Amino acid sequence: MRDFSYLRANSLDAARQAAALPGAMLLAGGTTLIDLAKCGVAEPETLVDITHLEGLDKIEVSERGVIIGALARMGHVADHAGIRSRFPAVSEALWQAASAQIRNMATIGGNLMQRTRCPYFRDPANFSACNKREPGSGCSAIGGVTRGHAVLGTSDACIAMYPGDLAVALVAFDATVHLGERQVSVDDFFLLPGSTPNREHAIEPGEMITAIEIPGSAAARRSTYLKIRDRQSYEFAAASAAVGIEFEADGRTIRDLRVALGGVATKPWRARAVEAALIGKVWEPDTVRAASLLAVEGAVDHGANHYKIELAPRVVARAILKMGETV
Amino acid sequence: MTSLPITLTINGHRHELEVEPRVTLLDALRDRLGLTGTKKGCDHGQCGACTVHVDGERVLACLTLAAQAEGRTVTTIEGLAREGELHPVQAAFLEQDAFQCGYCTTGQIMSAVACIREGHAGSDEEIREYMAGNLCRCGAYPHIVAAVRQAALEVQS
Repeated sequence: MRDFSYLRANSLDAARQAAALPGAMLLAGGTTLIDLAKCGVAEPETLVDITHLEGLDKIEVSERGVIIGALARMGHVADHAGIRSRFPAVSEALWQAASAQIRNMATIGGNLMQRTRCPYFRDPANFSACNKREPGSGCSAIGGVTRGHAVLGTSDACIAMYPGDLAVALVAFDATVHLGERQVSVDDFFLLPGSTPNREHAIEPGEMITAIEIPGSAAARRSTYLKIRDRQSYEFAAASAAVGIEFEADGRTIRDLRVALGGVATKPWRARAVEAALIGKVWEPDTVRAASLLAVEGAVDHGANHYKIELAPRVVARAILKMGETV
Repeated sequence: MTSLPITLTINGHRHELEVEPRVTLLDALRDRLGLTGTKKGCDHGQCGACTVHVDGERVLACLTLAAQAEGRTVTTIEGLAREGELHPVQAAFLEQDAFQCGYCTTGQIMSAVACIREGHAGSDEEIREYMAGNLCRCGAYPHIVAAVRQAALEVQS
């Protein structure tokens, strides 16, 4: 790991100013950044440690929803009683992510800034071509080993998968990212790779995530996060789904439905076609399974990741069926 | 880069040292302070061998900068026993033969102590989920789960 200078920020403004300088990066839990510095992917000249800032780790639940401070740590949010009761999919996405140790370190703001696990991106010593690392250098994954790569939202420049879980639940429930004065929807915060896969987030130099806000809803209250992976625990998703549902008074007709996918796309992927096909319909297993196929409309595989196109609709269907079981 | 003077509080003792900013807590513990009970496995946050407690919570020392730990309270495996008496989790690992080569064991024990304290050792299934961040290449998992289960019952009673 290349050496850098270390600066401990004493205030939010000081942190933002220091991080805006060339070569500077914010350091929170460090679970992505220190790892990538060791891989030779991140080469900061200055790390601005924000973990000692006070007041940014609060979890405030109200009738309107919840505001979670950027420095709240994943494990604490997962175990928070208000999150578990009003946003079960958020709690489940968090506790099924990473390990207990990493969840104690990693912050909510840092989680949104998590980078892809694409093995070519992570290995500059052996793979010099990576448009995400070095714009215009090419993509080593296309034509390479692609079992863990995206099938949705890809481009000719990049097929790296977005690996996170939390943001999948956030995008399902219309959460927003607070960047100081400015707020951006989580859906807009994550960018498609297009021709600029090096740019992943709609955040400008000098900006810092201060909180995320999730509006409360009946669908969020009746929600789940289903994560399917190669091993039972401590693994990234092969395919996952955040699903929330609200029924009409008859208990059978779907009034509201939220569906988002993880493990299959280049960003947290809201599956609006599935929602549109089922809202207003009577919850019924065959209808749910047929609509779930719309989750992978437009999917493109690169060989070894073809299984995701079959797996993702099944994960979506299983999650919707699980949420309607008490009907 | 210039070195950074830092003060670390580890197992109740204050240590003053100078480190390059890039030095991890793991390397500071092992190479500078001689506390080699904390192990370096993958050095990338994937194996759990370097698990220590910072302010009472389990974290990975390989992804924590030593400088970040200044002002925090650090506990390592060397600080677990009290007056020569093993911590109940250490004793349970011995009784249940919960290791083979022993390399992952100190991380497993530090993780288990926190797992029980967090209230995540309520069933074998829960223990397996919340101990998933500690890999054991010898595959001693059934005995590790048994040791955590035994220690959890002892600590709670």
